[in-house]
Amino acid sequence: MNHTSALTGPPAAKRVGRVLTYRKAAIASLFFPPAGIPALIHSIKASRLAEQGETEPAREQGEKARDWAWYSVGVGLSVYLVAFMVWLLFTNGGSVRKVFLDWSILTSWDAWHSMLKGFWINVQVFLIAEVIVLIWALVVAIVRLLPGKACRPIRFLATVYVDTFRAFPAILVVYLVGLGFAQAKVPIVGSFSDIQYAILALSLTYGAYVSEVYRAGIESIHWSQVAAARSLGLSYTQTMRHVVVPQAVRRVIPPLLNDFIGLQKDTAIISVIGVLDVVSRARFINNARGTLAAYSIAAFLFLCVTIPFTRWLEWLQRRRQLRTEGGR
Amino acid sequence: MAFLEIQRVYKKFGSVYVLSGISLDVELHQVVCLIGASGSGKSTLLRCINALEVIDDGVILLDGDRVSGRGIDVDSLRQEVGIVFQSFNLFPHMSVLDNVTLAPRKVLGTSREEAEATAMGLLGRVGLADKATAFPDRLSGGQQQRVAIVRALAMGPKLMLLDEITSALDPELVAEVLNIVRDLAEEGMTMMLATHEMGFAKEVSSKVCFLDQGVILEEGPPEQIFGDPVEERTRAFLKRIVDAGRL
Repeated sequence: MNHTSALTGPPAAKRVGRVLTYRKAAIASLFFPPAGIPALIHSIKASRLAEQGETEPAREQGEKARDWAWYSVGVGLSVYLVAFMVWLLFTNGGSVRKVFLDWSILTSWDAWHSMLKGFWINVQVFLIAEVIVLIWALVVAIVRLLPGKACRPIRFLATVYVDTFRAFPAILVVYLVGLGFAQAKVPIVGSFSDIQYAILALSLTYGAYVSEVYRAGIESIHWSQVAAARSLGLSYTQTMRHVVVPQAVRRVIPPLLNDFIGLQKDTAIISVIGVLDVVSRARFINNARGTLAAYSIAAFLFLCVTIPFTRWLEWLQRRRQLRTEGGR
Repeated sequence: MAFLEIQRVYKKFGSVYVLSGISLDVELHQVVCLIGASGSGKSTLLRCINALEVIDDGVILLDGDRVSGRGIDVDSLRQEVGIVFQSFNLFPHMSVLDNVTLAPRKVLGTSREEAEATAMGLLGRVGLADKATAFPDRLSGGQQQRVAIVRALAMGPKLMLLDEITSALDPELVAEVLNIVRDLAEEGMTMMLATHEMGFAKEVSSKVCFLDQGVILEEGPPEQIFGDPVEERTRAFLKRIVDAGRL
């Protein structure tokens, strides 16, 4: 009887029962012999057993060959990578190590003291800037989404602000605000301190970014939520305040946190207007001692803030999700 | 003068007229069912009545006051007219109790204690008092829709608009929602329902309107519309419903 039909095609050779020996993967994993050799042994055993018709033991061996081949990727590649970095560190008579990790500086209390004092300025700048950005960006986003003809001019202004400040490199804004406002004796802000200029410049730059994050969040709230709120008699403002913005903010926490990490790192550029931050202080040490180890300390300090910050926000978000979604 | 008067209302989306001069009177304590195919204008009519859509021509009067067109106070209109949607539209970031008390507190200025007492009473009536602190995601569709009804009722509306409120529910959850509507009808709540539940429409309504291409083609008591429709298109529509096993 012929089973060929338009839908199923001609009967294919039997495939599902065959034994997988992972021979090529086993050979490839020989680049890391501690995993590659067992992989190859199991693979060979698998094909021998398969030839003897011992399908089930053969499959067991094939499975082991595959596991070992994976070890060669996960473990082997890591071992080689780490080895490469260690080699870089100690090659040329240890010059890399001396430049980046000079012990005389890394163990110097004075260096750490000076760097920490500088870093405290960075911390102050990003903490204050983050609070300002959080509020200012939301205001800009809401203005950009105001409805109606009457609000067209103010919407336009907000759009111009966002478009331009997203286009300017942050370092230029820091220069122009930090040096220009004081030189031009701009009213109100003309007598700011360098640190205040730094905060202002970073807030302006990141406010434009974050307002776009907020706007995306607000626009992602389905119109039916607005319809439901308005149908209950809530005004536009009340609807935004109690229904749309709270949902939007929850939704944009991850990208928001991403931008805040960017802001924290960008506090490094305020050194260009003479703020005695961690980067300026690293430069002093570098000039005096001819080693970059102080910059390594600065990098380490940023790491110490950013990583716990990320974990903390992830935790916050998980907790909130548990609350609103009932632990799903 | 009827409680709600809809007079020659037109509504177009782009260049397509969804409502083409529709007129309808609803008396106090009446339950009016709107039936008709998808796209016949049932939902749009309900959304126009509480000004979620702006009508292009005609006039809507509620208790003698014009509630359509320019210069109306939409927020106070919506305090009088509640609407329940097909997709519930509960606020997912708030507990059930906050969903129900938000509008009374923010719009009517009711104190939190008073609003919560009212809300708990209403939730008790629909069998959901124990869900007051739960978030909407934790509830079944039927429970969510009951909360949505309570949320609308908490504003003390004089007219309730129900827009296919059981269409998004699993069949076994439909009855728990319809029972509440039936109770409301018995208590004399004035209601307009857009629905595909013909059996329920037959049972609960004082008047049935068959919408076709943006006008009411035929209206009358349920026995007449379902038993002896005059218009050919009404017959054809009801035949399709019967063929689908839905009546």
